[in-house]
Amino acid sequence: MTIDHPLPAAPEQLEELSAEGLGERRTPGFIRSAILTQPAALVGLGVLFFFVFIAIFGSYLEPYSIHDKTGPVYAPPSSAHWLGTDDGGVDMLSLLIAGTRVSMEVGFAAALVAMLIGGAVGVISGFVGGIIDVVLMRITDIFLVIPDIPLMIVMAAIFGRSLRNIIIIIGIIYWTSTARLIRAQVKSVRERVYVKRARSLGATNNRLVFKHVLPQVAPLLIANTVLMVALAVFAETYITFLGLGDPSAISWGRLIENAFLGNAVLNNAWWAIVPPGVCVTIVILACTMVGQSMEDALNPRLKVGHLSVRRFRLRPLGGKLDSE
Amino acid sequence: MEGRADYVVKRTLFALLTVFVAVTINFLLFRALPGDAVSGLRCQHCTIQFKAALRHDLGLDKSKWEQYKIYLKQLAHGNLGLSDVSHEPVRGLLWDPLKNTLLMLTLGTVFSIIFGLLTGVVAAWRRGTWVDKGSLWTSLAFYSMPTQWLGLMIVYFVADRIGLPHGGIQSPDLGILGNPSTYDYWKDRLEHMILPALTLGLVLYGEYTLIVRSAMLETLGEDYVLTARAKGLSNFAIVRKHGLRNAMLPIVTLIALSLGFIVGGAITVEYVFDYPGIGLAIVDAIDKRDYTFLQGAFLLLTISVILFNFLADLLYFKLDPRVTT
Repeated sequence: MTIDHPLPAAPEQLEELSAEGLGERRTPGFIRSAILTQPAALVGLGVLFFFVFIAIFGSYLEPYSIHDKTGPVYAPPSSAHWLGTDDGGVDMLSLLIAGTRVSMEVGFAAALVAMLIGGAVGVISGFVGGIIDVVLMRITDIFLVIPDIPLMIVMAAIFGRSLRNIIIIIGIIYWTSTARLIRAQVKSVRERVYVKRARSLGATNNRLVFKHVLPQVAPLLIANTVLMVALAVFAETYITFLGLGDPSAISWGRLIENAFLGNAVLNNAWWAIVPPGVCVTIVILACTMVGQSMEDALNPRLKVGHLSVRRFRLRPLGGKLDSE
Repeated sequence: MEGRADYVVKRTLFALLTVFVAVTINFLLFRALPGDAVSGLRCQHCTIQFKAALRHDLGLDKSKWEQYKIYLKQLAHGNLGLSDVSHEPVRGLLWDPLKNTLLMLTLGTVFSIIFGLLTGVVAAWRRGTWVDKGSLWTSLAFYSMPTQWLGLMIVYFVADRIGLPHGGIQSPDLGILGNPSTYDYWKDRLEHMILPALTLGLVLYGEYTLIVRSAMLETLGEDYVLTARAKGLSNFAIVRKHGLRNAMLPIVTLIALSLGFIVGGAITVEYVFDYPGIGLAIVDAIDKRDYTFLQGAFLLLTISVILFNFLADLLYFKLDPRVTT
């Protein structure tokens, strides 16, 4: 370092300093304490870990094979089959465990895709600014308005039924809200004193982004991704239910579809209908609880309420985000 | 005032631009399909020459750019093409299901708005009590349920108990003894509409309660509410005149915005209840690979959503005089 003493600030800069100085750097422990102090977040995190555990070690836990008939058709729950059997005589508990794997995989992978796209667009837009920012945000606005579900259906119908396609489709449909959120955050971080100081010390843009901006935005990005997992799990059940899912993969959405197509209602087989939906609901609730608590702690300005699952994209439009 | 006119112009332009982008996406997506409308034809006289002539007639031998221009021109005339399956104009095929869907959606939305408003206001008013906690968790739960699953649950656990049909739009025995009276006809229609509308309504109810509650909490925390309390106004007057009045702004916008997406959400509900609306028609088209129909339906839904967004923008502007940009 060659400059030891920053130049004294000009009077107009001083004013700026006092206003912007409020946005202090977050210490690494911030996110942990944000979660640990909120019981709802803790419960949600516990539930999520439980399902991730099932997803990873599920194949050792399945009591029966998911491809073979191991009992009578639509057998009610018993000691042999805790959750009964489905329309093909396959054990429901095993199917549910196998479904956890696929649903969580789609949820996390699609959320990751959305996070990467949205994060990249948000950081570029917020950090570079100018005409690039305007163009990127116009594009984001347009994609925010185009309805997600019909677009998802059309894309899934066109690109074919595979798990990879579903992940990509969900990811490229849900990046928009992330992009807006991250952009707003990057814009405010960019103007903070320590970033300006680093810049005046001659830090390159690359260094500024990776060393100073990204670490500050990361917690919010993670919170956003957790909420996105819920959205992706939800979207997967939707696509699959309409017959556009991967034919070889068993997910929770597939189980709901099976119950519907297999006339579980007429057969009075509640055990084929209830469990997959309960699992989806619980995972979505858990993600909402974790993501929401994190977001609220990180960015109190965002407190629009629990609008994150279905109309996640509504958040930026409430006029709350763009207080620039 | 100039700023306000500016705002309207800006929002209108944006809506038009979005429609244009949606139309373009629509064009590009369906051109990404392998093959075209002709290559899938199988018939006796479908020789290569015949197919080439047909391609020429349909303009499929032209460049993509030319095709795009033709597509835009057709759209401008309201022509959505012919269905790949029944070979009837898609526009006509969309009309009847649309009417059915609109009826059902209206019922569900009205239900959810009324109950969502009521619970949301009460929950915010009685913040922190068991009423608040109970309604918060109930609405969060409904909000998190997959729509199709909730529909199945309602068919399984509710339909028979209250004697409503599992699905369809008309009882098979209606009209066996001559034409049904108008009353009987609509009573039957309504009976078939209630459960799908209820399913959709419950999901939306969760959402609206959450929206109303958080909007109310925000306004009830304002200084003017404290002032009103100090003036000795009754609780009811405070909630109605000072709370709800001011909370209406975000509530109305968010509800208007969600209306557009409901159309998409109705797809699985109609599928579960076998209710012949747009959603069921779309599921059918997916099944039969009727891409022209899908294209038309997608366009219809997209434009309706854009329209609702636009209306919400205007409404926001009407309700809040401060909005200028």
